[in-house]
Amino acid sequence: MDRFVWSNGLLEMNETLVIQQRGVRLYDGDEKAKLDVGVVLLSTHRLIWRDMKNHECCIAILLSQIIFFEEQAAGIGKSAKIVIHLHPVSPNKEPGPYQHSKYSYIKLSFKEHGQIEFYRRLTEEMTQKRWERTPVSQPMSTTTGPQAGRTRAVGIVGIERKLEEKRKETDKNISEAFEDLSKLMEKAKEMVELSRSIASKIKEKQGDITEDETIRFKSYLLSMGIANPVTRETHGSGTHYHMQLAKQLGDMLLAPLEERGGMMALTEVYCLVNRARGMELLSPEDLVNACKMFESLKLPLRLRVFDSGVMVVQLQSHSEEEMIASALDNVSEKGSLTSEEFAKLLGLSVLLAKERLLLAEKMGHLCRDDSVEGLRFYPNLF
Amino acid sequence: MSFEWPWQYNFPPFFTLQPNVDTRQKQLAAWCSLTLSYCRHRKLYTLDVMEAQESPVFNNKKIERKLSVEAIQVVFEELRKKGNLEWMDKNKTRCLIMWRRPEEWGKLIYQWVSRNGMVNSVFTLYELSNGDDTESEEFHGLEEWMLLRSLQALQTEGKAEIISMDDGKGVKFF
Repeated sequence: MDRFVWSNGLLEMNETLVIQQRGVRLYDGDEKAKLDVGVVLLSTHRLIWRDMKNHECCIAILLSQIIFFEEQAAGIGKSAKIVIHLHPVSPNKEPGPYQHSKYSYIKLSFKEHGQIEFYRRLTEEMTQKRWERTPVSQPMSTTTGPQAGRTRAVGIVGIERKLEEKRKETDKNISEAFEDLSKLMEKAKEMVELSRSIASKIKEKQGDITEDETIRFKSYLLSMGIANPVTRETHGSGTHYHMQLAKQLGDMLLAPLEERGGMMALTEVYCLVNRARGMELLSPEDLVNACKMFESLKLPLRLRVFDSGVMVVQLQSHSEEEMIASALDNVSEKGSLTSEEFAKLLGLSVLLAKERLLLAEKMGHLCRDDSVEGLRFYPNLF
Repeated sequence: MSFEWPWQYNFPPFFTLQPNVDTRQKQLAAWCSLTLSYCRHRKLYTLDVMEAQESPVFNNKKIERKLSVEAIQVVFEELRKKGNLEWMDKNKTRCLIMWRRPEEWGKLIYQWVSRNGMVNSVFTLYELSNGDDTESEEFHGLEEWMLLRSLQALQTEGKAEIISMDDGKGVKFF
């Protein structure tokens, strides 16, 4: 609390108000401060607190004094709080309400809520550090001109101008935020390329190394990256996009499909594809639409919808008769099987195993025993 | 003489109504023949759906499987279509089971009558079903409603005529 200085409650020249919230009580560390409930204002430079009734009673703290802050959730009979940790007192500090305090942090207790928005804005201000760019001491600045606007334009024009400035600022903020993201994506591309080169190296060496499970797993993981994912940005929207996407899916899904016995549930495909794409995530809808294109593009993959509505992607070469025959063989061998047992036997997901059994049942090769113990399938002896 | 269960009786899927149409048809056929042969063995003429579920036919304690009431009704409905069963009430809880259809019974009776050279003779219904002469015949002990139906069937064929007597009904064979 001793970091606070008395203030007149007015904003400085280059300072802009960000947000204010009523019904906030200050805590000196864990103890309630000897101040009443008041309004807390967040500006680009300071955190200001003003007594609700006595407007003369106003204290402030520079944002640059904040080390970090955290949220403290509300409890029964307790308001939500924001804990703000502060740097030690500077020796030439102006006078404030507290001469000394044993705590190096304060708390804002939000009696009338609003802590979420306040916390968000505070985070924004703390990351942007606008106080560094336009120090309050600097009287005139040409870049931003809230005060220029204030002096030159009054009335509606002034308001409009202000709104325009605000809009520009948000634009700038947004594009700044996305700049980071695009940088990250560039890095991601590099990562994919790196992983590819490692993968190919591992593949080359595979002859020398024994069939080690871990190496296989690694090469598999690394081979998943897609260097140039087809996106709406590169291929526009609509059919063309889906066609290109389908082609890319066709390339990347062949290997995993072969490994899984020729069939994968669409959800599994979705996870695999999006993991490979990294940043350029696909929507489920786009994936389904792309999968629907397999047939018309004469790709060796097919989207298949089972009677139950379960969708799978399977290899075209993956023959149904073979699948049914293998189901029948397995069931005959064991006498009877549940879908779980069958899944374990084949290393498939339970859902797909069940679909296979149901298909074999539909073709009349199996029959079911639905009892309290669960659904079992038997060879059709009828 | 103990009843000989068919192989399906110990096959658990037999007790689940099969969703596959072809399979179900075969399953129902097996059920129909089992139900009829069991009733014939036990000389049962009426069945109650609820009671039937507890009877050994539909409840195999050895493999812990029993046919659900719904499935039993499906089987019974199948039997009805084949002419072996008639519902006694609208709610389909009780039924008459005819492991021999009336025509078949009629035929058996007529065969017995002609074998013994008793065409053109008159019998009371009691004589036919409970008389000493018919003791070794299959229709001995036939319930009266069933007997009457078989004779009616014969009557439509012109091989018999039912006549009313003072204390009941009689029949004359031609």
